[in-house]
Amino acid sequence: MYDVIIIGAGVCGCAAARELSRYALRICVLDKCTDVCEGTSKANSAIIHAGFDARPGTMMARMNVRGNRMMDEISSQLDFPFLRTGSMVVCRNADEVKGLEELLERGKENGVPDLKILSHDEAAQMEPGLADSVYAALYAPTGGIVCPFQMTIAYAENAVQNGVEFRLATEVLSVHRDETGYRLITNHGELKTRCVVNAAGVYADTIHNMVSSRKMHITPRRGEYFLLDKAAGKLVAHTIFQLPTAMGKGVLITPTVHGNLLVGPTAVDQEDKEGTYTTADGLHYLEEKAKAVVKDLPMKQVITSFAGLRAHEDGGEFIIREVMDARGFVDVAGIESPGLSSAPAIAEYVRDIIVSILNPVKNEKFMETRKGLTSFASLPRDKQKELIEKEPSYGRVICRCETVTEGEILEAIRRPLGATTLDGIKRRTRAGMGRCQAGFCTPKVMEILAREQKVPLSGICKNGQHSKLIVGINKDQLQETNHETA
Amino acid sequence: MRQHDLIVVGGGPAGLAAAVAARENGIEDILIVERDQKLGGILNQCIHNGFGLHTFQEELTGPEYAQRFIDQAEKLHIPYVVDTMVIDISAGKVVTIVNKEMGLQEIEAKAIILCMGCRERPRGALNIPGYRPAGIYTAGTAQRLVNIDGVLPGREIVILGSGDIGLIMARRMMLEGAKVKVVAELMPYSGGLRRNIVQCLDDYGCPLKLSHTVVDVHGKERVEGITLAQVDEKGRAIRGTEEEYTCDTLLLSCGLLPENELSRGMGLEMSSATNGPIVDESLETSIPEFTPAEMCCMYMTSWIMFLRKRSARAHRRPIIFMG
Repeated sequence: MYDVIIIGAGVCGCAAARELSRYALRICVLDKCTDVCEGTSKANSAIIHAGFDARPGTMMARMNVRGNRMMDEISSQLDFPFLRTGSMVVCRNADEVKGLEELLERGKENGVPDLKILSHDEAAQMEPGLADSVYAALYAPTGGIVCPFQMTIAYAENAVQNGVEFRLATEVLSVHRDETGYRLITNHGELKTRCVVNAAGVYADTIHNMVSSRKMHITPRRGEYFLLDKAAGKLVAHTIFQLPTAMGKGVLITPTVHGNLLVGPTAVDQEDKEGTYTTADGLHYLEEKAKAVVKDLPMKQVITSFAGLRAHEDGGEFIIREVMDARGFVDVAGIESPGLSSAPAIAEYVRDIIVSILNPVKNEKFMETRKGLTSFASLPRDKQKELIEKEPSYGRVICRCETVTEGEILEAIRRPLGATTLDGIKRRTRAGMGRCQAGFCTPKVMEILAREQKVPLSGICKNGQHSKLIVGINKDQLQETNHETA
Repeated sequence: MRQHDLIVVGGGPAGLAAAVAARENGIEDILIVERDQKLGGILNQCIHNGFGLHTFQEELTGPEYAQRFIDQAEKLHIPYVVDTMVIDISAGKVVTIVNKEMGLQEIEAKAIILCMGCRERPRGALNIPGYRPAGIYTAGTAQRLVNIDGVLPGREIVILGSGDIGLIMARRMMLEGAKVKVVAELMPYSGGLRRNIVQCLDDYGCPLKLSHTVVDVHGKERVEGITLAQVDEKGRAIRGTEEEYTCDTLLLSCGLLPENELSRGMGLEMSSATNGPIVDESLETSIPEFTPAEMCCMYMTSWIMFLRKRSARAHRRPIIFMG
């Protein structure tokens, strides 16, 4: 019997688990995928929004502004990359300045500090890459960028340090209420719990509708992106937004914490909750949109494209509350943008709801810090030297593009909640994230994974259980030919 | 600080040939740095024949061809380190190398020759839309898995790109028991050698579709199929020409990018067209005394000859070659 089961190991689920682990509670996080951070949390803009977009008074506005404020502290406690690079919303003529002013007012009401409207010249001075057609910009110095993988993994690992259990590759098939709480039927049997936190992303409606008569509907809103090589990473220094539309905040251009350049997203509503595909039209649209606000977008430097699904609830608002007709069942639903920015605040909010239900005592052994993985490439020379002397595997470079060593890959596998797949290694170490996109390191990482897991190469997956990288051995299906009689 | 007169980065045929030529021209103190477990570079996985016709006037496999150069270097007792990565070259010609045994070392060089070869263009750089499942490999990665590790990355293959690596891999996959459904080529002609089209595709009845490209990838976890479409003269897909292919693997043989981390790190001005350093008509880069020697597999033989000539001069003034 658990006190709390959290469904969904995305950034909200993992952050809520970590916040709840401040209390003496038996907590379990479930996810249908084989790793944490496999859904919306892995494919988004990687932005920490300042908080001027959401309507004042909404949950979105509250959580965003609070989450933004918490980022410096939480990123240093949990050791994940976060940079307060600032953001700009640009417009292209005098009429549109009204739009910027509205955002400025909204931001002020939401409590966003230091917002300022810049003329073309002022903006261009701060951001020389802006196109000449940019007329003015709303500047928000508190906007930032983050590594969404490392943020989610950091929360998850800290939760594990503090006693939270994770059950991955575990899909919730149905939820039943009983006198003590809830029974969850999963593909790996039945689990019992007093409270449930539904942080199931695009599936939060499915899970909610298992227990409540007040039905919820979430639309997966697909957003396509492309990522450019580090050679293009300095095209802009701030996150550059365009004026928002009904479908979202439009196409942005931003540096990433690792020095790449990210362009996206599109916004296409669909019903398919697994439809994370890109389209030729979508990528073309991004290119056109981005070229309108920056000079010389070097499309030849594109190294990958991807798509993520925002969990858009029909009301367009975060739904974070105990379900009215299901005591002890807490929804964390409709967490679309600015969900990543809000996650630290959402986690606290969820914690407080659960605490008010269960009245737990404090976890006296709670550890609020967690040390991230070694990043060989970012260490100074003398530290690199020391590290290899202590542990020679840091002297073997596996990923050439990102200078990731065998030592880091072993760390990623051996840590609590360690990587079990190629993508798991990639998100933890950046092996395969560079310009050759894993061309050279794939066989080497597979070998290390196979060795560590004591399985043959054919057992290694890219991500899910059906994403095998190797299907057989050479000539295994060729008919034996009898050369003597032929 | 440890010092060498000449450091050659890369122990493939280009690096070996350059080192040999330098030694023959009087440079004694040479170190070859190779990141793989043995010398020979990418040729070690090119187990097909057809190498050596120009240089040795006989037909050799890739490993045999590489061995000729390795033998020359061994005969001249040119020192080398393997399993060793160069992680930085400073403008003052300090080369930082790293491996498990020696750890991290900084070596001062009077001259440096960069022969790092190239990488293949990945799926993302080709802007192929669709899902991102397992089963999409560059031809070289598949070649390594099949020829070195002895494992099959797939059984039903579609290949995009008809350069020599794509053609050679089509044949290899068929020989190992996979079915190659089609080789598609964006251009109206193949970039591969005529003999490779005949020996790798025609002889096996494998179709080649010119002016075609992949416009969609199906399958959420593992490739389940792809969509091919014909392209117009600008390389844009023509709507209405789409054809579906069921397959579990897509191999990409769509061009090579020079390895340029080190050259970039040295602060050389790079070309957005080639991703290599910008040079003038006398092959000088933006830093005058550094001369690039871009090398792609296609031109291996001619570049080796060029490198031999240039590296012979390396003792006269410090020259840095880039590849």
